[in-house]
Amino acid sequence: MAEPLLRVEKLVRRFGGITATDNVSLDVAAGELHAIIGPNGAGKTTLISQLTGHLAPHAGTVSLGGRDITYLPAYRRCALGLARSFQITSLLLDFTAADNVALAAQAHAGTSFRFFANARKEKGLRDAAHAALDRVGLSHRADVVVSRLSHGERRELELAVALASRPKLLLLDEPMAGLGVTESQRMVKLLQELRKEVSIVLVEHDMPAVFALADRISVLVYGRVIASGDPAAIRQNEDVKRAYLGDQHVVTRHG
Amino acid sequence: MKGLSVSKAVTALMLAGLVLLPLYSSLSGNIFILTLFTRIVILALAAASLNLIMGYGGMMSFGHAAYLGIGGYAVGILAQEGIGSGFVQFPVALAASALFALVIGALSLRTRGVYFIMITLAFAQMAYYVASGLARYGGDDGLTVYKRSDFSGLIDLSDRVQFYYLCLACLLGVIFLIWRIVNSRFGLVVQGLRSNEQRMQAIGFPAKRYQLVCFVISGTMCGLAGALLANNTDFVSPAVMYWTRSGDLMVMVILGGMGTLFGPVMGAVVYLLLEEFLSQITEYWALIMGPLLLLIVLFGRGGIMGVLGRVGRG
Repeated sequence: MAEPLLRVEKLVRRFGGITATDNVSLDVAAGELHAIIGPNGAGKTTLISQLTGHLAPHAGTVSLGGRDITYLPAYRRCALGLARSFQITSLLLDFTAADNVALAAQAHAGTSFRFFANARKEKGLRDAAHAALDRVGLSHRADVVVSRLSHGERRELELAVALASRPKLLLLDEPMAGLGVTESQRMVKLLQELRKEVSIVLVEHDMPAVFALADRISVLVYGRVIASGDPAAIRQNEDVKRAYLGDQHVVTRHG
Repeated sequence: MKGLSVSKAVTALMLAGLVLLPLYSSLSGNIFILTLFTRIVILALAAASLNLIMGYGGMMSFGHAAYLGIGGYAVGILAQEGIGSGFVQFPVALAASALFALVIGALSLRTRGVYFIMITLAFAQMAYYVASGLARYGGDDGLTVYKRSDFSGLIDLSDRVQFYYLCLACLLGVIFLIWRIVNSRFGLVVQGLRSNEQRMQAIGFPAKRYQLVCFVISGTMCGLAGALLANNTDFVSPAVMYWTRSGDLMVMVILGGMGTLFGPVMGAVVYLLLEEFLSQITEYWALIMGPLLLLIVLFGRGGIMGVLGRVGRG
């Protein structure tokens, strides 16, 4: 098997006496959509934060395309092709949608130590921004200030921002959070399109969405991966069933 | 956008007033008003430089007056040592300010929020006490600049009108630069960092180096104001660096409208004219000025520029 795009090995992160990430290992192959699911408090966000560089692990390694990135700051990982969306929408609220996306494109298009020319008139950046907005169906809202966008539109904008950096791997932290039924359906459709172009790690609570989208699923409980496999295998897995039925003691003893 | 046109009209009116002021002064024989406005224009330049980091960059520096002193002392000390050429004094003033900004910026930008305010204040106070200790250059009493910067016949700084226009040209030049900067790639990054630093890091921008460069640009611009101010008063003393002076600059920026191009100029004009006017009425002018500022901050969000914008829309 070829080198996986993302490899996580024996990652450990503790908060006081709690081990939020407990010896987690997982591989994400190029082209794969890998979902991470688990009950609340399973350590999904802690894991994602270590992948993006917002939190340092106590042990273990993270590598992207064979390169060790365990201790690289967030902005360096981004330059290597790792883009993320936030669980709680995090955008530049006083900028327009197009500006938000154009800045992401700018970060990957040469130096930003240019002081004189009007950046909003750089055709390359604007075109990249509009292409990304078009991709998520937001091009008609390009010139609207983000604080005036709806929640659903902001979730889509998060994706456009991530796409504008032309990532190899997209880390999506609950992209459906807070979306209504129709909005969720649109998001699933969108992700189905995107997965053809980019590898995705998806953290999500919406089970129908996860099972519809994922190539592989890893189940996290109490900071450990208790099962990892394709959707059919996960559906049949006894430990997973027990974890989601709430009988977590059994699971931890097995894990 | 009618709102924009109202604030634009007022700005244009103010600028026209500033350009024509020497004409009025010579026609009416009122020399005092020219002296007053030279000071206003210089401090407007300092406020505009502060606005670059405070309004656009979100960096609340409470030590900006330090650069007024550094620029001023560069001129004063060189003059004292027999180097009277402005072609030496001004570059030295700018370079010294830039260097100071680089050092304190690199240290201060490790912190955020209130800590950033306090640490910039602390550095400015340190500069204040260092200047007070310069026995050779007057110490506490300050240093008289016996001869204004000499630009070998190019421009005569002792001529009131010429000096006024030099200051005004510097102010407009700096505002032009700020306008270019805030719309450039660099400027968008700095403003993005003000808006959401976490997001900017996630899309690939290392925050600190952009903020530091912005901090240095701002400090250098303020150093220019310091060099002009020393020429204007023929004197420089530690008092120009005192923390209340930094506070004055902040008030001018907030009063005029943070993050607007001409807001700080508007703020400086209104603040200093009020100060001048009220202090003629009563020696307790601060008692009137204080509540007045409070009202503007409480009810006039966005400063004068913000109010003008709303007037236009309403």
